[in-house]
Amino acid sequence: MLRNITIGQYMARDSIIHNMDPRIKIVITIMMITALFFIDSFSGYGLFFLSVLVIISLSRIPLLRIIKGLRPVLFLVMLTLILHVFFTRGGEVIWQWGFISIEAEGLYTGFFMVTRIVLLIIFTSLLTLTTSPLELTDGIEYLLSPLKRVGVPASELAMMMTIALRFIPTLLEEADKIMKAQMARGADFESGNIVKRARNLIPLLVPLFISAFRRADDLALAMESRCYHGGEGRTRLYELKVKGTDFAALGVALLLCMVFIYF
Amino acid sequence: MALIELRGVDFSYSEMETPVLKNINLTVEAGEFVSIIGGNGSGKSTLAKLLNVLLVPSAGEVIVDGMNTADEENWLKIRQKVGMVFQNPDNQLVATRVEDDVAFGPENLGIPSPEIRKRVDKALEAVGMEKFKDNPPHNLSGGQKQRVAIAGVIAMEPECIVLDEPTAMLDPQGRKEVMETIHFLNKEKGITIIHITHFMEETVGADRVIVMNQGSIHKSGLPLEIFREIDDLKKLGLDVPLVVELAHELRKKGVEIPAILSINELVDSLCS
Ligand SMILES: Nc1ncnc2c1ncn2[C@@H]1O[C@H](COP(=O)(O)OP(=O)(O)O)[C@@H](O)[C@H]1O
Ligand SMILES: [Mg+2]
Repeated sequence: MLRNITIGQYMARDSIIHNMDPRIKIVITIMMITALFFIDSFSGYGLFFLSVLVIISLSRIPLLRIIKGLRPVLFLVMLTLILHVFFTRGGEVIWQWGFISIEAEGLYTGFFMVTRIVLLIIFTSLLTLTTSPLELTDGIEYLLSPLKRVGVPASELAMMMTIALRFIPTLLEEADKIMKAQMARGADFESGNIVKRARNLIPLLVPLFISAFRRADDLALAMESRCYHGGEGRTRLYELKVKGTDFAALGVALLLCMVFIYF
Repeated sequence: MALIELRGVDFSYSEMETPVLKNINLTVEAGEFVSIIGGNGSGKSTLAKLLNVLLVPSAGEVIVDGMNTADEENWLKIRQKVGMVFQNPDNQLVATRVEDDVAFGPENLGIPSPEIRKRVDKALEAVGMEKFKDNPPHNLSGGQKQRVAIAGVIAMEPECIVLDEPTAMLDPQGRKEVMETIHFLNKEKGITIIHITHFMEETVGADRVIVMNQGSIHKSGLPLEIFREIDDLKKLGLDVPLVVELAHELRKKGVEIPAILSINELVDSLCS
C-alpha cells in the first residue's frame, strides 16, 4: 500500500524546459514568484498566466496534470475566498441577510488573493515537475555554495538531501513489510479514533526507527570506505553548464519581472 | 613486496574487553583470491575493517602497499587501493541513480568529470550492469545491488577488493551473480580479492582459504586441504557443503574417493 508512491512529482520529458540548467530554473522561479507579489491588477495576472501557459506548452506537461496538482491547496483557496468575501468590508453592498453581507471590495480582494495563490502553486510546481530531485539538489548546492564562506555546509546539505531521497523508498518498503507482519499478528492500523490510531502506530515506528539507525550506521561506514571526507575537493560526474537557452530564458524572465513590478 | 601485510595485529573495541582479534599475521600477494571463513563472532568483519582503515589495530601493524594504516595521511590512499563491499546491499548505495552511485567514489577522490564518466562506464560494464545505469537502486534485485556496489569500488581503480559476506542476504541467483563477478574481476582484471563468507562452497576456486576462530587464524591452506578435515571444521560451527560431507562419509565406509569440492567432481570420481 505504501509501495507505489513516487518521490516528488517529476515527469521525465524531453523538452526545452526540462533541459534547462536547474540553477537558472530555480533563480527564475524565485524571481517570478517575487514579482507575482508586486502585481496589483487582474491584467497583470493575465500576463503572468499567459507566460505560465507558454512554459507549460514548451514543457510538454499535460495541463490536466498541473490542475491535479492544485487539489491539495483547494481547501486553502476556498478558505481564503470565503474569509475575504464575508469579512472584507468596503464598496457597494451586493447581498445582505441580517448582519451577514457581501461587499464589492471583499469579492474583489477574495478573487485577487485566490488568483495569486493558484498562480504561485502552478509556477512552483512547474519547477518540480520539470526538474528531477537530483538536479534540484545539485542546483541548490551550487546556489548555496557562496554561503560556504560564512559557514553554511552547502555540499553536506546536498548530500543529506540525496541520501534522504535515496532512502525514502527503502524505508517505505520496510514500513510496509513491518505493517503487514504486525497485521498478521492482529495489529490494527485502521480503526479507532485518532489517539488510538496514533498509539497503534508504535509497533510500526519502533522497529522502523531502530532499523533506520542501523542503516545510517552502515551507510556512514560504506561512505567512509569510499573515501568520503566532506564536500571539500569533491568533483561531480555531471557538471552543470549554462547554455544559450538558459540565458535567453533568464532575459525574458527579467523583462517580465520589470513589467510586473513597474506597471 | 606483499600487497597487504598484517604483523602481530591485536584489536579490541574497548579497553576493558578481551581482544576481538589476537596476534594476526597474514600476507596477501597482489592478484590472489583469498577466502576467509569462520563462525559468527570469530572476528571476520573486524579483520576486514582493519584492511581499509575503518579500524586501526590496538597493537601490531597493518601495511597496505607499503603504507602503514596507523598514519592518518595514508588513509585516503589506502581506501582507494583497498575497496570494501558490505553485507547489506541496501545500506551501501548512496545515490538515487545507479551511475551516480558508481561515481560517488571517484567524485570523492576529486577526479575530473570526463574521467569519472569513463570510469563509471567501464566499471558498470565489468559487472554487467551498464543497462541499468539510469535506474534508481531501490528497484534492483539484491544481486544487482551488490554488483552496483562492486562497480562503485572498481570505479576507484583499487588493487584489492574486500567483500564482507556479500552474498549473505541474497537468493541463490544473486549469490551466483556475485560469485561469478568477483571471479571474473580476479581472473580478467587482475584485482586481488579477499572474500569473507560463511558459505563454505563459495570458497571453491579460491587460491587460499583462511579459517578464523575466536579472533585468531585457525589455519590456512588450499581449499582441498581445508575441506579434508571436516570434523575439525564442524567443531568450529561451520556448515560443510553436503557433497563434501557425503564424500567424507563414503570414505569412512571404505569407498575410495579423492578430495572433492563440487558435485560434478563427486560424480566423476564415483563413475570412473
Ligand atoms: N562495534 C562493535 N563494538 C563492540 N564489539 C563489537 C563490535 N563489532 C563487533 N564486536 C564484537 O567483536 C566480535 C567479532 O565480531 P565480528 O568481527 O563482527 O565477527 P564476524 O564478522 O566473524 O561475525 C564479536 O564478539 C562482536 O560481538
Ligand atoms: Mg561479520
